Amino acid sequence: MKVRQISVFLENKSGRLLEACKSLAEAQVNIRALSIAETADYGVLRLIVNDPDTAMRVMVENKFTVSETEVIAVEVPDRPGGLAAVLAPLYETNVNIEYLYCFVEKSGESAMVVFRVEKLDEAIKALQAGGYNVMREEDVYII
Amino acid sequence: MDHFNPVETWERDRLQALQLERLQETADRLFEKVPFFRRKLEEAGFKPGDVKSLEDLEKLPFTTKDDLRDNYPFGLFAVPMRDIVRIHASSGTTGKPTVVGYTAQDIQVWADLVARAIVVAGGSQDDVVHVAYGYGLFTGGLGLHYGAEKLGATALPMSGGNTKRQVRMMVDFGSTILCCTPSYALNIAEVMNELGVERGEIKLKSAILGAEPWSNEMRDEIERVLEISAHDIYGLSEVVGPGVSIECVEKKGLHVFEDSFIPEIIDPGTGKVLPPGESGELVFTNINKEGLALLRYRTRDISKLIKEACPCGRTHYRMERITGRTDDMLIIRGVNVFPSQVEMVLMQIPGLAPHYQLVVDRIDNLDILEVQVEVSPETFSDEIKRLEDLERKIRDEVQSYLGVSVKVRLMEPRSIGRSEGKAVRAVDKRRI
Repeated sequence: MKVRQISVFLENKSGRLLEACKSLAEAQVNIRALSIAETADYGVLRLIVNDPDTAMRVMVENKFTVSETEVIAVEVPDRPGGLAAVLAPLYETNVNIEYLYCFVEKSGESAMVVFRVEKLDEAIKALQAGGYNVMREEDVYII
Repeated sequence: MDHFNPVETWERDRLQALQLERLQETADRLFEKVPFFRRKLEEAGFKPGDVKSLEDLEKLPFTTKDDLRDNYPFGLFAVPMRDIVRIHASSGTTGKPTVVGYTAQDIQVWADLVARAIVVAGGSQDDVVHVAYGYGLFTGGLGLHYGAEKLGATALPMSGGNTKRQVRMMVDFGSTILCCTPSYALNIAEVMNELGVERGEIKLKSAILGAEPWSNEMRDEIERVLEISAHDIYGLSEVVGPGVSIECVEKKGLHVFEDSFIPEIIDPGTGKVLPPGESGELVFTNINKEGLALLRYRTRDISKLIKEACPCGRTHYRMERITGRTDDMLIIRGVNVFPSQVEMVLMQIPGLAPHYQLVVDRIDNLDILEVQVEVSPETFSDEIKRLEDLERKIRDEVQSYLGVSVKVRLMEPRSIGRSEGKAVRAVDKRRI
């Protein structure tokens, strides 16, 4: 139920995002979802990929600073109120969200929300109790 | 008034006779009173009475900042503490500051030197001397203050900071001579502008600027925007503080007050005295100081001596404006910063990579010190707030240690240049 997210430290200078993505492309790693958080001086690129092991290896080889974090991916209906509804069970069980990002699945019927929370197990339990599909790792990688 | 003290225009012969007499007295006294100097003089083959001419000076041993540190705090003082009436200190390389002490007589001598400097800048009893150097352990504030009082001018002890208030007082009290760092002078000019203060509202006619490296171009700028005459003043606490040398109206070098200090220029590698006109490390010997007198103190500042007569009438040799350092010390807003100090702080923060660089730049006339640190796998987090916590922690630790504000920038691994051999730890981008 936990998905591996790869985070990459990027200095705020031109070409760095391109270089990171190129490294992954050359290793045939496909990016499933991503978000970038930025400050004035640097950014953090967060990635869900089809092959986390290869992605980690390639990034380290190319001298990027990377870390791996466990996140959860939840399927929500792709319609107004979809995200609001999925947040409710987390709020009710006092699970704090550090950050989240979303993307729409190819089928177009549902969206995937990636949550970074501190209390992973409690979050999974709460979401499942609320009737949500917390996606399995392998399902996320092959979407 | 052309000059404050007649000694400033003495014939060289007479001046050198005084120098020899004072050098002999100083060397003999240090031999008697300070075990450290006795040992050093004995090693160099000197005993009291051996200094026969000024040429003997170059055979005397050097004193370094390390010697002051090794004898921290009062070990090199040549008088009992009951005769010391003032302590000043400056930052050192290992957390131990360099401590200096003055007798009542030393304070008088120092005030006289600074009074000479204020007279050079056109000062007299009629002037209001606006002292915007920091007051405290730093010698700048109190040094200029006592000089102004010695001259009989009106000392205005503003200290640094609160620039709007500085401008207001300048208008209300009619400050005529401004004393601060050159970058702060430009800052004051800008704030005047922002506040809409017209040139006619202030009576400023000159400025005595120092405590940080600057250039002739910066002087031109200061003179242009403030419509004043700007004079470079040089000094270091180990030798006395501000008032070791000052630029006269010619503005072609700074007259070293040679009745109190003997300047030399040496090759920093070999320690040999260089011929006149060559650039090298500036060395001073105190010949008119009781509390702490240093023999051949190595300043690490690079300059050269100008021995030609000066049209201003002063006979004392001039030194060229400081052009650099023999070590990696940075002077930021009057505070001495060594990369090794920053390194020591960084190494105490768990997980930090030992790769860092200091970048100094002058932005809007203020010196900004940026500490660039590489993010390591241990310190990296996917959460921005943790990275910001790391930045804050580094900033707080470095600031509280150095006493100067810094900006921290996290960098990618290997983005800080690696050099063969000695790493380049400091980059000075200030155009000075």
